[in-house]
Amino acid sequence: MLNKKTEIPSSEITPKWLYLNRRKFLAGALGVTGGALAGRTLKELAWPSQKVLAGTKLNVTAKSPFSTTEAVTSENDVTHYNNFYEFGTAKEDPAKNATNFRTSPWSVKVTGLVDKPRTFTVEELQQLAPLEERIYRHRCVEAWSIVVPWIGYSFNVLLKEVSPQPKAKFVAFESYYSPGQMPLASRAGIQIPYIEGLRLDEAMHPLALLCFGMYGETLPNQDGAPVRMVLPWKYGFKSIKSLVQIKLVEKQPDTTWNLSNSHEYGFYSNVNPHVDHPRWSQAKERRLGEFFRRPTAMFNGYDQVAPLYAGMDLKKYY
Amino acid sequence: MFILCLVPLGHLVWRALHNQLTANPIEYITHQMGDWTLIFVVSTLAVTPARKLLRLPELIRFRRMLGLFAFFYGLLHFSTWIGLDKFFDWAEMLADVRKRTFITAGFTGFVLMIPLALTSTAGWIRRLGGKRWLALHRLIYVTAIAGVVHYYWLVKSDVRKPLFYGALVALLLALRVGFWLAARRGKPTGKALEPKLTTAETA
Repeated sequence: MLNKKTEIPSSEITPKWLYLNRRKFLAGALGVTGGALAGRTLKELAWPSQKVLAGTKLNVTAKSPFSTTEAVTSENDVTHYNNFYEFGTAKEDPAKNATNFRTSPWSVKVTGLVDKPRTFTVEELQQLAPLEERIYRHRCVEAWSIVVPWIGYSFNVLLKEVSPQPKAKFVAFESYYSPGQMPLASRAGIQIPYIEGLRLDEAMHPLALLCFGMYGETLPNQDGAPVRMVLPWKYGFKSIKSLVQIKLVEKQPDTTWNLSNSHEYGFYSNVNPHVDHPRWSQAKERRLGEFFRRPTAMFNGYDQVAPLYAGMDLKKYY
Repeated sequence: MFILCLVPLGHLVWRALHNQLTANPIEYITHQMGDWTLIFVVSTLAVTPARKLLRLPELIRFRRMLGLFAFFYGLLHFSTWIGLDKFFDWAEMLADVRKRTFITAGFTGFVLMIPLALTSTAGWIRRLGGKRWLALHRLIYVTAIAGVVHYYWLVKSDVRKPLFYGALVALLLALRVGFWLAARRGKPTGKALEPKLTTAETA
């Protein structure tokens, strides 16, 4: 009613790289005038180490049969309502605090019980398989949900590349952590670096996505740039962000939220409307952008994963 | 003062008109109203210590208004939960109050404010008599503790804010214990002062 759309010609809009680098630009200018550190900051200005990955178009070659036809949640909601405790614990914090997060250069170390351990750069990872757009439902343990057009490929492509050994039974994931870049992380109240894990057969399931982008572009920092996991049949916190290490192991690995409160967050954490979180019901969820709560489906509607848990008491293995 | 107390609500309405209630407006409204309920409960509890420590007995003028605003924001917080969050699903809410300890705590805190709001008038102080009225209104201590517990049990891991409110409530209650002990330790004037101030000046 009161807000009027102002038309700004795109030629007047600050280029994204400059916008994202503005602090560094100012710091650089100060550094030059001050004389001190001039050499270093000049070099940074000329060849910024923070090459901005977020916002780069990704070449999507394939649509996915796994995609839902449900309405996609607005990009603005998905990028401004985040749980990424390394950048603050309030939902709106990561969008504000992750703007200067350096995501390039970036590499992911794949190690442990594999025949061909290797460290991949993100660029190498992106070349391993054609990038698909997969529109998945994403259900948070806090009973809200979103529908997101992710971009990536099945995580099992990467696993096959490194040849897991027969002894490997689990996959342990670790997120990036730097106290300098994530000063708020120490106040998050959870163990950082963030760690997660899957059983090997879960990780091999084609639905498990190694994800580089969303909404046609590379991942925004607050959504886990430059590379993350997406596991649509599990609560959102299982889908680790800003991934730096993957280790194949024999025993079930520790996971951050389970260490924080094992009573509330199990290793499996499959979406399950019949098993309540001790503090709230999981029977319904609020889809962002909708008023009424909608019923939550078993495995978030991804029934094809059910055979992975055949014979398991999912009340016990929540 | 009255206008000032309405600022949080006004701010919320302004944000609503400008489409700034975040991606999850219902949660945002619930949390905002909950925050302000606790702030007003703490402010109400701060009146008596402030009067004594700052020697400003006239601050009593604000106590009823602050208390009623605590109830007002508590009511908004509670009705947001009923009307927007649960959309009048009584069975579900009842189950929540029984099963979810943090909701039990919040519900208790709110319900205990109802008799206080109802008996906040001068007429009720007269009808109950100053002493009994005072005793009844000590329920605000329970509400304050229940409110902090409600918040503490609800957060997932970052407990700094609930602990901050908890520290304030603990301090304000500790001050009361201090005053009470000081009054007992042979200061008969202090004891006589208390009921006189409250009955006369709240009336």
